[in-house]
Amino acid sequence: MSHIPLSYAFKSALARKLTTVLTAGGMALVVFVFAAVLMLSQGLKDTLVQTGSADNVMVIRRGAETEVQSAVERDQAAVIASLPQIAYGANGRRLVSKETVVLMVLPKRGSMKPSNVTIRGLSAEGFALRPQVRLSQGRQFQPGAAEVIGGKKVAQGFLGAGIGETLRLGLRDWTVVGTFDAGNTGFSSEIWGDADQLMQAFRRQSFSSVIFKLAEPSDLPAIKTRTEDDPRLTIEAKRETQFYLEQSEVMANFLNILGLTLSVMFSIGAVIGAMITMYAAVASRTSEIGTLRALGFRRRSILIAFLVESLILAVIGGGVGLGLASCMQFISISTMNWQSFSELSFRFSLTPAIALQSLIFALFMGFLGGFLPAVKAARMGITQALRAA
Amino acid sequence: MSEALILAHNVSKSYRKGTQIVRVLEGIDLRVEDGDFLALMGPSGSGKSTLLNLIAGIDTPDEGSIRAAGVDITRLPESQLADWRASHVGFIFQFYNLMPVLTAFENIELALLLSKLSRQQREQHVALVLELVGLRDRMSHYPAQLSGGEQQRVAIARAVVSDPILIVADEPTGDLDRSSAAEILDLMERLNQEFGKTIIMVTHDQRAADKAHRVLHLDKGALSDSTAAPA
Amino acid sequence: MFYLLKLSLRNLLRHKLRSGLTALGMIVAIVAFGLLRTVVDAWYAGADATSATRLITRNAISLVFTLPLSYRNKIRQVEGVNSVSYADWFGGVYIDEKNFFPQFAIEPSSYLDLYPEYLLPERQKRDFLRDRKGAIAGRKVAAEYGWKIGDVIPLRGTIYPGSWSYVLRGIYRGADPKTDETQFFFHWEYLNERAKKRSSPLSDRVGIYVVGIREPGLAAEISETIDQGFKNSLAETLTETEKAFQLGFVAMTEAIVIVIRAVSLVVIAIILAVAANTMAMSARERRREHATLRALGFGPTFPALAIIYESLTLAVFAGLIGIALTYPMADFFAGKVGTLFPVFQVSPQTVWMAFAASLLVGLAAAAAPAWECYRMRITDGLSSVG
Repeated sequence: MSHIPLSYAFKSALARKLTTVLTAGGMALVVFVFAAVLMLSQGLKDTLVQTGSADNVMVIRRGAETEVQSAVERDQAAVIASLPQIAYGANGRRLVSKETVVLMVLPKRGSMKPSNVTIRGLSAEGFALRPQVRLSQGRQFQPGAAEVIGGKKVAQGFLGAGIGETLRLGLRDWTVVGTFDAGNTGFSSEIWGDADQLMQAFRRQSFSSVIFKLAEPSDLPAIKTRTEDDPRLTIEAKRETQFYLEQSEVMANFLNILGLTLSVMFSIGAVIGAMITMYAAVASRTSEIGTLRALGFRRRSILIAFLVESLILAVIGGGVGLGLASCMQFISISTMNWQSFSELSFRFSLTPAIALQSLIFALFMGFLGGFLPAVKAARMGITQALRAA
Repeated sequence: MSEALILAHNVSKSYRKGTQIVRVLEGIDLRVEDGDFLALMGPSGSGKSTLLNLIAGIDTPDEGSIRAAGVDITRLPESQLADWRASHVGFIFQFYNLMPVLTAFENIELALLLSKLSRQQREQHVALVLELVGLRDRMSHYPAQLSGGEQQRVAIARAVVSDPILIVADEPTGDLDRSSAAEILDLMERLNQEFGKTIIMVTHDQRAADKAHRVLHLDKGALSDSTAAPA
Repeated sequence: MFYLLKLSLRNLLRHKLRSGLTALGMIVAIVAFGLLRTVVDAWYAGADATSATRLITRNAISLVFTLPLSYRNKIRQVEGVNSVSYADWFGGVYIDEKNFFPQFAIEPSSYLDLYPEYLLPERQKRDFLRDRKGAIAGRKVAAEYGWKIGDVIPLRGTIYPGSWSYVLRGIYRGADPKTDETQFFFHWEYLNERAKKRSSPLSDRVGIYVVGIREPGLAAEISETIDQGFKNSLAETLTETEKAFQLGFVAMTEAIVIVIRAVSLVVIAIILAVAANTMAMSARERRREHATLRALGFGPTFPALAIIYESLTLAVFAGLIGIALTYPMADFFAGKVGTLFPVFQVSPQTVWMAFAASLLVGLAAAAAPAWECYRMRITDGLSSVG
């Protein structure tokens, strides 16, 4: 069976340049929003998931949801630090870090708007527990000194967190002696210092959390049973990755609901735009359709030709929208995570899956928009179509 | 000698077609008296419609002048030209050019909106011309509900309702079958003979030309008289 | 001109499907626009419901750190201060983490005096003040969970560990539609009692002080005085107006607000594309009609205005329906996000902006086609196939 060539659909689209541009443009915008929202959600997830390691365990007080709310007393921390399942580091020491986490308000560079920044006091093994982190500038803080190092995102974004600058914490002045790079993880939004020094400064008796590395990743269930059954311990243990994932649930949820609602609404608009264009295309080419049919092309070929034209519009629009969305990868969003109450920086992250989803979404819109008009074109009677010339 | 109704002198017009310039009319002179019924004939692209457009004031010549009822319309600015058309010219088009969303009555009334007549007066005038063209009982119908001949009659009614000094018709029977065409031509003849309306008509149709007093031929930009001798 | 309106309306109805689809597209976009603006309003609702005669004093480092109870007297003695109350964020879990609502341990009588917008029947207020384990809740949160006076409300502590239970003694309603009716208040004494028993470092500490002042104009000075009083102590303070305090929260999530605002502009752009497309098409189809009008003697403005009227009629029609639909849509959305936004209302300003947006779109969509029509040469238009 002869099919109307693809070039027919192409040339038809080109012939009505303005309407093609407007329709494809509408679709591009919708695909852009759709892709951008998915990318934002993905970026948030990436940051938080990468922030944890699958073989690290986070121990906080039972019932507390974040490190900030949690308090682990010294004696309990000691019990945890002596667990047999903890791995040993290269220097023969146990890979466990008792940490203290507080939030501090710092002004953002430029806008001077205040925001909560996480200050983390680490023990000696704290660094070793986070292999994703490396020192990028300056030097490590010295235990015993009033020194801290700033995560890259915080150093860039907040006044006082850059190398050489000073922070005032708990009645003391702390010098920022270095900057560390933690990639896309949440640690880039933190400031690190010595746990003992910080606890002294804040008059704290207990730690916020204890983090350690498992010798065998599968040992976690055993640890959970041990800690939950012991009546002296009021703590809970979670895999670090799980912990950070839960921290973003509310935010991720909100983004997803909002994004989905918007995408649905926008796509309705784009589909309608496509329908209007395609109906008009069909109406203006009535005589063409009649001629094609008279020449012997079947109804189905007409249907497919118009549908293809609509899909071409969608692909063009989708491609442009996706292209625009991919430019968003250079933008970083810095906001407060509602659950942890602290500053979190994340990016728009484009994955092949998102690109594919966006194009499929575009094709879907093109299909929906072009279907009814294409059916109308196919069902036209030959004589009536020719007479309308 | 009384001045002619329409006096065109040394009229030239050219168009740009792609990169070329086509000279459609060259130094045309034309004289139309009050009460004339003139047919313009010629091959396709000869410029007969162009000349008609210039006389009707919907286009301006590159060179030359056109005087209508003593006024040089080629010197008028667009806004005054529009006003002039509203009160002096009636149009009949090949494809009727009625507003599809207005009824026959409203289409005719459209021409009077530019006058200073009150609503009541407009209604009276429209009723009058509807009677004239014999479509009184179809006045609430939309163009889609009327036949080709009927639509053209509405168009004619619209053309005369403002009592213009000149009626221009561009292929008035071009889209009609034989009997409708005959009706239209009879009507136009009546307008000319009974009501003294000056008519300039562009046509391919020999029967239409036969109804006219004078037949002018336009070819390659030049005008020549080819009125058939009275039979 | 009346005729122009008649022409416009009939022309719109000529292509019912196309006009209908365009209107539908615009309606959806107006609803989206209204919803987004309402979300942004909801974000700032906390800041709008503040009073100029209230200051908030908190620990200068961050809200995570508490202030000593002993500060109260010192603050009370500052010139210009009327009364001082305090509150502590409890942050407990009611059955499930998903059930979020703000919970505060307060000094009951002074706090309620400072917040006259929480309307509580005298009897309920008395019962609450008398019962150490009593609590009051806002109308919205009480309705959400079906609470009645006398119910025992259990909470699982996160910052203050353990199981806590309260007896609901009162349900307050807001004096203003903007007042937060999702809050839960109980006695700070009850909290402190248990904290002391466990020798928790959190005993005799408060989260924030709420300071009532006589003259709003002196807010900045009084704030400065209070903070000076605690400078170089273990817990330095930061005092600001209640509005500034609330805006501080908004500022922290500002990035998202910016994104939402940007998206609402994109919405307008999408409607514009759809409307402009339709107007361009319909103007093109009617070139011959417009040329005829010009030939008849109507100036170039007439047909151009016809296009504009048509576009405006459609836009206004769609705008009004869209605005009407925004209200139920907002209710639906508010239901989905639960108590995340205590106040979720379509403001009059949003309505005006949506209306203005539709007018703007109506004009902008018709601009190019109307201009082309205005500049069209009659002879070109007459020979249009349309």
